[in-house]
Amino acid sequence: MSAPFALPAAAVEAVARGRVRRGRRRRNVMLLLVAILVAAFATTLMVGRSFVPPGDVLRVLFGEDVPGASFTVGRLRLPRASLSVVAGLSFGMAGVAFQTMLRNPLASPDIIGISWGSSAAAVFAIVVLGLDGTPVSIMAIVAGLAVALAVYGLSFRGGVVGARLILIGIGISFMLESFIAYVLEQAPQWNYQEALRWLAGSVNGAGWNQIVPVAIALGAFGAALLSRARHLEILRLGDDAAAALGVRVAGTRIIVIVAAVGLIAFATSASGPIAFVAFLSGPIAARIIGRNGSLLIPAALVGAVLVLVADFCGQFLLGMRYPVGVVTGALGAPYLLYLIVRSNRAGGSL
Amino acid sequence: MTTAIDRAPQLRRPNRVRVRWLVVVLCVLAGLCVLSVAIGTRDVAWADIVAAFGGLTDTIEQAAVTKRIPRTVLAALAGAALGLAGGVMQGVTRNPLADPGILGVNMGAALAVVIGLAWFGLASANAYIWTAIGGAALAAVFVYAVGSLGRGGATPLKLALAGAATSAALISFITGVVLGRNDIAEGWQSWRIGGVGGATFDRIGQMLPFLLAGFAISLLSARKLNSLALGDELAAGLGERVAVTRAVAAFGAVILCGATTAMCGPISFVGLVVPHFCRLLVGVDHRWLLPFSALTGAGLLVAADVIGRIVARPTELDVGIITAFIGAPFFIWIVRRTRIREL
Repeated sequence: MSAPFALPAAAVEAVARGRVRRGRRRRNVMLLLVAILVAAFATTLMVGRSFVPPGDVLRVLFGEDVPGASFTVGRLRLPRASLSVVAGLSFGMAGVAFQTMLRNPLASPDIIGISWGSSAAAVFAIVVLGLDGTPVSIMAIVAGLAVALAVYGLSFRGGVVGARLILIGIGISFMLESFIAYVLEQAPQWNYQEALRWLAGSVNGAGWNQIVPVAIALGAFGAALLSRARHLEILRLGDDAAAALGVRVAGTRIIVIVAAVGLIAFATSASGPIAFVAFLSGPIAARIIGRNGSLLIPAALVGAVLVLVADFCGQFLLGMRYPVGVVTGALGAPYLLYLIVRSNRAGGSL
Repeated sequence: MTTAIDRAPQLRRPNRVRVRWLVVVLCVLAGLCVLSVAIGTRDVAWADIVAAFGGLTDTIEQAAVTKRIPRTVLAALAGAALGLAGGVMQGVTRNPLADPGILGVNMGAALAVVIGLAWFGLASANAYIWTAIGGAALAAVFVYAVGSLGRGGATPLKLALAGAATSAALISFITGVVLGRNDIAEGWQSWRIGGVGGATFDRIGQMLPFLLAGFAISLLSARKLNSLALGDELAAGLGERVAVTRAVAAFGAVILCGATTAMCGPISFVGLVVPHFCRLLVGVDHRWLLPFSALTGAGLLVAADVIGRIVARPTELDVGIITAFIGAPFFIWIVRRTRIREL
């Protein structure tokens, strides 16, 4: 019965080799993602209704005044691409944080109702109060946090169970959805197409005053999430196992929820709830990088690439100009199908 | 024997109690219908109401009442259909959270109608209803497939998540279609919230055959749903063909949802709230539960319609908004009360 405490040297060596190999793969994939992101960013700056050569783009980026290119690249394409990147990073990171914490690939914040709080507040502010710009963003952020708090509070019954949190989020989102429908209906002068555009998520007409707050929030909340990355990984083993391994489950959960909701609320206030980016990024990242180590950064990169590419497709590759959220939403549906096929084999989580 | 019955008081109710509740429910429904005809954005004297029932439309008041009668009938029919569909779905999926709205079935019907409007020039009410039923059936099968795969089968959590995710995807598609077509945007906007406002007896007559078929299929599968409630293995052991029973009963529910959605737009939560309430009254026997769900659903939707006319005077709130605000807290209450097992 005496268990061999010393493993055979060959086995130790094999494990170590595997670890090195997976680490190398992880690093390579991350570098590749960064390269794709930079390439997509550069492409959206150069290509559009008119082509701007790379030299001119660089000169605009360094602040020179290039006739013909300064306006299209500096005023239109650069803010649009920048908002796509920061919003995509935020959605991707927050989505995978929720999916990992709740151990369910379907439990992303856009599906369990967190994003609806921000949307409802923004629509209310625009339609009923007649606000625009910064006040709308502030209301969206406050409401996003308040809804998340309400969901958390309602699902608290001697501790929060992930399943209850998800279901209550779905219930709340139904209520918010019909509130949004009501507000839109009460506002006949409101351009309905514009509202749909905003509700689907759009990076059209982005300005630096929208981008900077999202970027700051991304820095602050992203850092908070990354500091909890290890604990989040251990939570995947289950609450009890995580507690036994020394993770303070409730504390970690609260920090992760606050940080992820902050990311979502700020990004939503600028771009609207870009459908399914939070939902898709984590599983795609898990698929290409393999399930070793934290997914926060890879998922954020995938999110940014998704938004950039989807926005480009929505603008130029389809018959008419679609907001980015419609394109990402259409991408989400086949992924659901894929999820069926895969969960048949593997039985569930991320 | 008696002790076994005493130990499970919610499961069996003496028929005497059930009949008493039946009388109560019928009286409440009748009262609500009277209220629905009498109350509106315009105050009407009783004499005018009686005259309007006699077919007179001489004054504005009488004309208003003649418009309220088909509206009340439609609300009652739609409510009955949704309540019954909810009861059947909860029986088929053996899931306390099943509801045509939560499972995304209504959105499937909605997408089908929008696509039909945009590209196939849907015009007749019949075409609307068939399209909606097709969309509802596809969505129901899809959500059930997504929700029941993986470990543990179709748990409430997985079904609800699959429904929410499918709804989100369907809404994206709908937005994509509607954004490209200014001409259908307005109709879609007013239709999606769910309303019984524009009812006429013509339109009710067009949906009636579908509703009757749905009612018949659903009510006839009540006994089989009782066997299903014992669990699949036991039901099979009792000689029930489980898959066939499921498919037939679900088909009845889908017809009801599709026809109702085609006429009134997606209305959520009626199918969730009503069967739970009826279980408290008559117990879990589907032969009593399903008819009760239909009657109570009719009462709930008529009441929601009346409330919608009162709270937002001089305008009206659509029933879909009222039911969401009644139903969502109820949903949360069920979730809080039920012990849900962790994934």
